[in-house]
Amino acid sequence: MYTFSNRLRIGSFIAMAVGLLFLGIGFVSAPSTVEEAKAMVASAHGDGHGGGHAEEATAHGEEQGHGAAAAHGEEHDASHDTHLLHQLQNRPWSALYVAAFFFFMIALGVLAFYAIQRAAQAGWSPILFRVMEGITAYLVPGGIIVFVILVLSVLHMNHMFVWMDPETVAHDKLLQGKAGYLNPTFFLIRAAIFLGGWIFYRQHSRKLSLAQDESDDNSNFVKNFRWSAGFLVFYLVTESMMSWDWIMSLDPHWFSTLFGWYVFASMFVSGITVIALVVIYLKSRGYLENVNDSHLHDLAKFMFGISIFWTYLWFAQFMLIWYADIPEEVTYYVARFQDYKLPFFGMLVMNFVFPLLVLMNSDYKRVNWFVVMAGIVVLLGHYLDVFNMVMPATVGDQWYIGFPEIGGLLFFGGLFVFWVFTALTKAPLQPKRNPFIEESKHFHY
Amino acid sequence: MASKVIQALYNDDDVLMHAVKKVRAAHHHIEEVYTPFPVHGLDKAMGLADTRIAITSFMYGCLGLIVAIVMMNYIMIEDWPQDIGGKPSFSYLENMPAFVPIMFEMTVFFAAHLMVITFYLRSKMWPFKKAENPDKRTTDDHFLMEIGVHDNESELAELLWETGAVEVKVTEKDS
Repeated sequence: MYTFSNRLRIGSFIAMAVGLLFLGIGFVSAPSTVEEAKAMVASAHGDGHGGGHAEEATAHGEEQGHGAAAAHGEEHDASHDTHLLHQLQNRPWSALYVAAFFFFMIALGVLAFYAIQRAAQAGWSPILFRVMEGITAYLVPGGIIVFVILVLSVLHMNHMFVWMDPETVAHDKLLQGKAGYLNPTFFLIRAAIFLGGWIFYRQHSRKLSLAQDESDDNSNFVKNFRWSAGFLVFYLVTESMMSWDWIMSLDPHWFSTLFGWYVFASMFVSGITVIALVVIYLKSRGYLENVNDSHLHDLAKFMFGISIFWTYLWFAQFMLIWYADIPEEVTYYVARFQDYKLPFFGMLVMNFVFPLLVLMNSDYKRVNWFVVMAGIVVLLGHYLDVFNMVMPATVGDQWYIGFPEIGGLLFFGGLFVFWVFTALTKAPLQPKRNPFIEESKHFHY
Repeated sequence: MASKVIQALYNDDDVLMHAVKKVRAAHHHIEEVYTPFPVHGLDKAMGLADTRIAITSFMYGCLGLIVAIVMMNYIMIEDWPQDIGGKPSFSYLENMPAFVPIMFEMTVFFAAHLMVITFYLRSKMWPFKKAENPDKRTTDDHFLMEIGVHDNESELAELLWETGAVEVKVTEKDS
């Protein structure tokens, strides 16, 4: 049985407290009136730390969601100022949302990986099932938090999802056309169905997995196999719809048909990376004595492969839009090329070039500190990926990595660590009666 | 010059693996093992040095990438400038996204083909070469281990029978 080390527990509490404080600072310092917003932007430019913002100040950002409202002739100036206010007010919300979604997506990615191992009846991985189950435990609090943020958005506590504003929809033909699907009620119903299904599978599979340890036949294992296969079908459909709902609808005019896959690749590689990191941590503390180099090697191979798969999807999405050059599509990338140069290209280096070069050599995949280093960079890179998917639509050129962003990462990181490692203490780290456990123990590459 | 070798046949890869370990533990030099399919972990059990083909593969991939870049630059930019996707920039860098699939394919193409050719050369294989395997059954369902004999024939044969060989024979081999 694993016992939660005090240092890690205290560390996670400190991260949560500091994160909460930083998030609080972010929310308090957001402007509440147009004048304040204008003053903030003016002073930011005066201080010269506006970075890439200054030269874009004239470019408004009409192509983003609010742009629909901004294109109204004489009201332009006033609406532009309101737009700016909304962007600045959105910033702490978006920072909260990005971090909440990022850690939630790690748990969901691990759940998908776990279900694949179960459905494929993989022989190498059962020894890691308890670690995966521990990580997916975060699906419950993480999912509820994301759901609460979505409910608050529907209640107009923020302006992240422009299509939730009836005023905007009234002036927007495209949004009216999509209103049958993209309306607040159906949006929340869908979110509840997705989360309900995923959490149900997670809890049920965990229950069967624990029951298998105590049972004297393989019936629980077989049931788990069937549920996992069924879950994967459900997951493939709902994950895709979730990515349209929760992320793509931030830019409600824009769409990409492979967006679901793209988000999936991101969550899959982040999830596998976290499995590897947790395994390396537990092993360094003397647990998981039967996990050997070959298990780590396989996880690192997945990290390497799915990083490249992510890049493939990123590029597939980018190249078609770049090639066709249709105005309503390219705006998505124009906003990112103009205002998000550093996070956008930085993310490509962190998520593709770095893992490609670091994890290519077979031997390095077995070196713990190499995998940890690559893993941390990959995780930060995928945080930036979510950041790049959300921020251009919600805050436009007013982005900055400051208090709310770092606070969000710290808070949810702390909560994630606390929840995951608490869940790991609940059951023995090695399944006893999984029919493949012997194969997994002796897995050798 | 002909040399004397002892050949042991096995009909199971697990038995073969154990036999290899046992023979190595007894400090005999295994000259070659012939198998109908790749046996996982046999190279490590035999103590063969790690393959360096991965390094050549990386170099061939880099070569393919460079060839693709130079080729596309010549074809699409220099020799007959193309208006790609309605963006007549005639600059390699600005049109680069259109060339990425070609760069990828050429990298894979060079790495794969040159790696296979390297493997054939390194293994001294070429068309119409006479097969080296001493027993036809090693292409079907038998595994053959070959050990050089240095006046220790009976001792070796005994050891090999012990390891579960189904057949042990001593032959002269040209090399």
